Amino acid sequence: MERTAVRGRLSWLLADVVELIPETPRVKSIRLRVPGWTGHLPGQHVDLRLTAEDGYQAQRSYSIANPPEGENVTITVELVDNGEVSSYVHEELRVGDRIELRGPIGGYFVWEPARGGPLQLVGGGSGLVPLMAMARSLGGAAVPARMLVSARTQEDLIYRQELSRLPTEIPDLRVDYTLTRSQPDGWKGYARRVDRAMLGETTFDSGQNPQIFVCGPTGFVESVATILRELGHPPERIRTERFGPTGG
Amino acid sequence: MIDDDRHLDGNAIGGLLQVLFGREMTHELGCCGNCGAVNPLGATVVYVDAPGSVIRCPACGSVLLVAVALPTGVRVSIESLRWIDLAEIGA
Repeated sequence: MERTAVRGRLSWLLADVVELIPETPRVKSIRLRVPGWTGHLPGQHVDLRLTAEDGYQAQRSYSIANPPEGENVTITVELVDNGEVSSYVHEELRVGDRIELRGPIGGYFVWEPARGGPLQLVGGGSGLVPLMAMARSLGGAAVPARMLVSARTQEDLIYRQELSRLPTEIPDLRVDYTLTRSQPDGWKGYARRVDRAMLGETTFDSGQNPQIFVCGPTGFVESVATILRELGHPPERIRTERFGPTGG
Repeated sequence: MIDDDRHLDGNAIGGLLQVLFGREMTHELGCCGNCGAVNPLGATVVYVDAPGSVIRCPACGSVLLVAVALPTGVRVSIESLRWIDLAEIGA
């Protein structure tokens, strides 16, 4: 299974848009069915390609949000100002449309239950997407897992309902939150950028030797990875994936 | 050390690397010809906002590989990438 998922030649496939799910005012999930899909691992991504009538092509990478489930692939796309692909996805794409993608891509920033734990996830903004595929794959795996989620506001927090439900369905999973810009009344989570004290309080310590996955904007990832190294985690246990402003 | 918010990492060019090598490459190790640092290609520093993609060593910043789009395809320049390991393949 792993072999089929991470090996092999990469070719463009046609995907059917099955469902469009608004996550926040600026983020949408797109459920796709991809005939010929060979399966994927949590953490992998796809390249999406749009072709205009004059032949102009634009291509972007999007993380896969769902755990492996046959030919189903869900991506979550944040609307980027002036982003030619994300604005098309948000404003033009309809159920029943077909789009071109290739994948699954990536073998470094991946995790599946067979790799064991403890599993430490740290996500900022839409960096939560590949981590969600990992969390959703936990199921009854009995892998101790923790997730620290950072968003600007509660409204910007993607998968909010599901995230609050997941720890009740998966007792080995703990989720902590920080809202960096504004917090609703009665907010019980953190209310600042991720820092050393927060990571110390919410994440597995280095003695537990967790596999760590950090995903988010570049500044977020660099800052979190640096602190985790200072907290004693070996660099090879900290895997990072950066989302950039060029992701449009 | 590279200190800016513009760069991404080797995960962002996983598709290109897979097209080049015919297999998943982001978990494979590469060695910088300038400083000798060995890192998974997924952990390299990547700029995709240049005309094309520039892949740099995360330790010293040396350019390892450049990929530029041409009207006819893509041109890949191998710069200071000394070696890469391909796991489970006989030479």
